[in-house]
Amino acid sequence: MDLKEWFANRKKKTEQGEVKQPLTTEEYCALWTQCFQCRELLYTRDLRSNLDVCPKCQYHFRVGAEQRIEQLVDAGSFVETEAKLSSADPLGFVDSEPYPKRLLEAERRSGLKEAIITGVGNIEDQKAALGIMDFGHFGGSMGSVVGEKVTRLVEKAEKERLPLILISSSGGARMQEGILSLMQLAKTSSALKSFSDAGLLYISILSEPTYGGVTASFAMLGDMIIAEPGARVGFAGRRVIEQTIRQKLPADFQTAEYLMSHGQVDMVIERHKLKEALAGLIKFHGQALKPSSVIQQKGAALYSR
Amino acid sequence: MADKKPVPLEFEQPLALLAQQIEALELQIGENPGGDLENDLERLNKQYDQLKRSLYSNLRGIDHLALARHPQRPYTRDYFDRWDSSWTEMHGDRKGADDPAMVCGLLHLDGINIVAVGTQKGRSLRDKQHCNFGMPQPEGYRKALRMFHHAEKFRLPVVCLIDTPGAYPGLHAEEHNQAEAIAVNLLELSGLTVPVVAVVTGEGGSGGALAIGVANRILMLEHSVYSVISPEGCASILWRSADKVAEACQAMKMTAKEILALGVADEVIPEPLGGAHQNYELAATSLKSGLVRHLKELATLAPEDLRKNRQSKFRNFGAFVEA
Repeated sequence: MDLKEWFANRKKKTEQGEVKQPLTTEEYCALWTQCFQCRELLYTRDLRSNLDVCPKCQYHFRVGAEQRIEQLVDAGSFVETEAKLSSADPLGFVDSEPYPKRLLEAERRSGLKEAIITGVGNIEDQKAALGIMDFGHFGGSMGSVVGEKVTRLVEKAEKERLPLILISSSGGARMQEGILSLMQLAKTSSALKSFSDAGLLYISILSEPTYGGVTASFAMLGDMIIAEPGARVGFAGRRVIEQTIRQKLPADFQTAEYLMSHGQVDMVIERHKLKEALAGLIKFHGQALKPSSVIQQKGAALYSR
Repeated sequence: MADKKPVPLEFEQPLALLAQQIEALELQIGENPGGDLENDLERLNKQYDQLKRSLYSNLRGIDHLALARHPQRPYTRDYFDRWDSSWTEMHGDRKGADDPAMVCGLLHLDGINIVAVGTQKGRSLRDKQHCNFGMPQPEGYRKALRMFHHAEKFRLPVVCLIDTPGAYPGLHAEEHNQAEAIAVNLLELSGLTVPVVAVVTGEGGSGGALAIGVANRILMLEHSVYSVISPEGCASILWRSADKVAEACQAMKMTAKEILALGVADEVIPEPLGGAHQNYELAATSLKSGLVRHLKELATLAPEDLRKNRQSKFRNFGAFVEA
């Protein structure tokens, strides 16, 4: 909602003779967003147009999968794949609520069927297979569907010899699907093994937050790993570690910058430069995307212009 | 440990009580033999056997968990020692550390030469601390990876024994990229062209277990458990309460039988009545014969087929609706 809409709504309400009332929390939140880091109150539409980065302190907000596609992929070029997959309830899992009910709730909140959108699109005119996770859906957790969609995307990218880009944002494996969720770690990693053996390029992007089973599988297996500024990435969560080792952890523990200084990622790239950087990296590795027969034929001429 | 009396678990209390009565009665009979007491003893013994049988065939998830974590349960080294008393241990990740929580070695298993890898818990307190309670550091997984490459190079089958609460949640582990160590193991194991058989012998805790669990065959001991998160973790996240562990155990379907029904485990290996800790020799022999049978079956596959067999096995895991 932007101010124009808001005024229009107010006008409509006044015309309908409604009593003037303060904004509901929901309306207020839709209009303004407070920065988590610098506490600045930001006009939400400005924040959106600034790629969900705080204009004042450069804090990188979480981005939903659909917005991320808008930010990263050439307009109109994205074709979604495997949109029809949805979760089953293999364990008949019930905690305080049955799993199917929680799934419906997650769908209602995020407007997505699952915690990842996969598809093929262009990044500055270069075709790539893309998987974009959404933390807003079920904490971005990986169950059978996320595992299957990632695996099918990797297989498609291998078959069509496309570069692969996965943007992770996840709390880890989905507990409600038990052991089957755990097996998705192996399933996705195994698909990446063939993909990698085929000489193809996989760029993994770590965004706020990436944890647990997703970090311990495809997120850490990129030929290149890029993190967004300030993104928290790790295997075990900060609180769990603090409780286990009973000592205070450094303030910047598990942030992108911390990962960078510990040799775990290749680069930390701010969101405004991400699209350009990806396009550049794909172009640089372009040779690999040609069928292997072509590369072999070229032989020694590989490096000549 | 086998020489020590097994410590009864909570759900085994009725059995322990009965055993005490029997002992007392035996003492009485010893003092004045003959009489009615002999009949009583016979009756009690029969009752004991019945109770034992029914107790162990109707275990709840949390009872299996207690057995899987039994302080006297045989650990990786106990199995290795019994399978091959002169097995050769291999040490270190060649990058700076030797993780005692991950034991690796070369074994003769009934005439088959294997590369064996397993997580190790400790017995005494000092031992436990030394082995970090069976929770490997990234270096442990990288040591295992080295062994997988060794196996591939010399065309030896791999056997992995899993008994770990999970990877260690610590500062060092994160700094040394635990997640990457696990992920790389998953990737590399999936690509091996030699037979890989994994056995969950106790606790199969999450990614830390799976990191040595991408196998052609996944076996589970009767009372072992395998789960995506520890039941304690699951209870505290989903129930927001530490005393809902029993519920979490049940909801996650983590017992050997349930994992078999979900199609993840290929076989459940029976344990001596009352759990593997009741009889180390029997437990080791029964697991060995299962392992040998699976290794012999896998030996008939060509190298490339072994890789494909493993990859397609994991490719099929998952339950979803496509419509």
